[in-house]
Amino acid sequence: MNAVPVADPRPLVELIIDGQAVRVPQGSTILDACRQEGIDTPTLCWAENLTPVNVCRVCIVEVENSRVLVPSCSRGAEDGMVVATDSERVRTSRKMVFELLASSVDLDRADDEVHAWMDHYGCDPGRMGDKADIATVAQPPKVQDDLYVRDYERCILCYKCVEACGEDAQFTFAIATAGRGFGAHISTEFDVSLPDSACVYCGNCIGVCPTGALVFKTEHDMREEGTWNEDAQSVTTTVCTFCGVGCNLELHVQDEQIVKVTSPADHSVTNGHLCIKGRFGWQHAQS
Amino acid sequence: MWVVDPRRSASARFADVWLGLNVGTDIALAHGVAREIVTAGLVDREFVDRATTGYEEFVAYVDEWTLERTEEVTGVPAPAIREMAHAYATAPMAQILWTLGITEHHTGVDNVLSLCNLSLLTGHVGRWGSGLCPLRGQNNVQGGGDMGALPNKLPGFQDVEDDEARARFEAAYGTAIPAQNGWNLTEMFEAMGRDELKALWVIGENPADSEADVSHARRLLGNLDVMVVQDVFMTRTAQMADVVLPAALGWAESDGTVTNSERRVQRTRAAVPPPGQARQEIDIIADLAERMGATNWGRPTAEELWDELRSLSPMHTGMSWERLEAEGGIQWPCPEEGHPGSPFLHGRLWEDPVGGRPAPFSCVPWKPPVDELSDEYPLRLTTGRVLDAYNTGVQTDKYNSPLRSGEALDLSAADAVALGVEAGERVRVSSRRGSIEMTVAIDASLQLGLAFTTFHFPELADVNQLTCDAYDPKSGTSEFKAAAIRIDKLGAGVRA
Repeated sequence: MNAVPVADPRPLVELIIDGQAVRVPQGSTILDACRQEGIDTPTLCWAENLTPVNVCRVCIVEVENSRVLVPSCSRGAEDGMVVATDSERVRTSRKMVFELLASSVDLDRADDEVHAWMDHYGCDPGRMGDKADIATVAQPPKVQDDLYVRDYERCILCYKCVEACGEDAQFTFAIATAGRGFGAHISTEFDVSLPDSACVYCGNCIGVCPTGALVFKTEHDMREEGTWNEDAQSVTTTVCTFCGVGCNLELHVQDEQIVKVTSPADHSVTNGHLCIKGRFGWQHAQS
Repeated sequence: MWVVDPRRSASARFADVWLGLNVGTDIALAHGVAREIVTAGLVDREFVDRATTGYEEFVAYVDEWTLERTEEVTGVPAPAIREMAHAYATAPMAQILWTLGITEHHTGVDNVLSLCNLSLLTGHVGRWGSGLCPLRGQNNVQGGGDMGALPNKLPGFQDVEDDEARARFEAAYGTAIPAQNGWNLTEMFEAMGRDELKALWVIGENPADSEADVSHARRLLGNLDVMVVQDVFMTRTAQMADVVLPAALGWAESDGTVTNSERRVQRTRAAVPPPGQARQEIDIIADLAERMGATNWGRPTAEELWDELRSLSPMHTGMSWERLEAEGGIQWPCPEEGHPGSPFLHGRLWEDPVGGRPAPFSCVPWKPPVDELSDEYPLRLTTGRVLDAYNTGVQTDKYNSPLRSGEALDLSAADAVALGVEAGERVRVSSRRGSIEMTVAIDASLQLGLAFTTFHFPELADVNQLTCDAYDPKSGTSEFKAAAIRIDKLGAGVRA
């Protein structure tokens, strides 16, 4: 007997997305349904290995008979729902969200797809005013040690780092949102330094950051020097050496040097999450 | 989650309940839990009757372990023992996970058997979500054993002393294999002491830092006629060697496989080239074989070696190189290509009738640690790891961890006061085997009479001069977890 219990089959619900009938298992989100149908949808705060917190609002869609636009990442798909992902309202709203974020935050190191979406919607953050004249989160990067850098002028407050530090991965709760309104920011308890906080340097926050606000020190330094070149990097998947868990490591290599370590979010062993040794303990490979 | 550990470890802080037992009383606690499960009527009798042997004898054997006696020996309050016994026995699914705190004792194997008893009493074995799992300390401890890097096993856990198994390997390898079990690590050191073992080839291990009673181990290594060390770094052991063979790093510079704690075989892949003269370990070994007279080895690739293993080890036969690539890892046993792999073992115990031999209960005696506490050596020292470092530090001393605290001897506040020492003070730490200087740190969660240190910084604190090399006769593993020590002030108190 080697039976592995599998979940009961879920009934399907049928909804209409952009005029097409779509059937998805009950419990799926609208975003799941869109992805199943190959309908590209922008996301910033969503990740496959985190619980949706629906704060960024770039994935919003229009649902018939709903007064407001709804976040597709967390709104469940329902039988009979009629969804529009490319209506004028949706396009205007997504464009505006990107523009507002980009007007106060430096998005130039955000994932490529963020820039592709901003181009797609014809975003012009400059119309919100010159960055020199309007409120921004510009500030010097926090460089505290040799492992990672917190460059909060690139932070859009998507909460992914908070989720990964807390209940979605590490259960360390070293960081949370502090302050209110425009003063809201990611902080350790009482803003203490990282080694004095609960931080265990797993770097799972870096792993999920979509805008380059949290980066490896190596990447930060190479970008400052102008030597960071993703086109010249190879990515090789291997297994961490430091214990028996078997976390998969993606070694990003440039000029025969490891410059960054990530982990595949879809791998069953740890779903993309690592510890300090796996993420940062690779220097012995090049000493 | 219940954590049983003499120290309030990081895992204990995450736990619902922490039981801080006395060092070396694991069997006493397991027997106490077993007796409570029996007396409370929480035994899965149907499973026990059908799938096990020796139940009545076991029940009689643990009868002396009342909650009161168990508390007296383990230091764990009786109500907590009772609560854990009930929580474990009544859980729909429950697992027992352990690591070196169970195995690095002179009763290590019996410690494990005492935990197996609990899973048999309750039927928490052989079912999805339940079971027993040793958490491996390196990425390929499991795989090393699977591949036959044990003195009594051929690949796939086939016995060296099984003539039929050996004949299959002899036919495939085209050479005779010694018909008797070899020596484990401890027996090898003993053989060095008798001058029977005179040449040693050490691959990826640093025994000159990591052995218990390491001064003794270094003397034995120094007396060898010849020592060859194959490693990625000039470890202390490599510095003592006659020949050093620089090797490529397994996880980042080599293609191959490793097997994790859940028996999942996964691919490692070369991402960067090995530096300087370092070579692939397969090539080093094949070259040496050729120098020793082998003519048919050639230069096998990792994949070719893997396919040879699949032809000889039935539990790996279904894991083709292509499947390992495509599926991102497969758990053995996987006997044929269409087999999905096995998420858990021992499902046969739930078959009706039971497939194969029923599982025996083990009547194992509790014995206190070998290195007894005395007036001269009144404190118990236990060693372990911390999050950001690894073994003797050969790899982890190469990155700058902000969490690194360096070497320290952790003491409870009460012991520090009694000894008149304070945090940051240098002290002399002595055991029956050796004496070193260390820096005191205070760990408020440590129980009275218990000291703790890591073994990650042998250059700063040669901790294994203190540890005890008494070992488990079945596993050969030394009792690193229980040394008796004394602490003496240095003059009028010396700051680090």
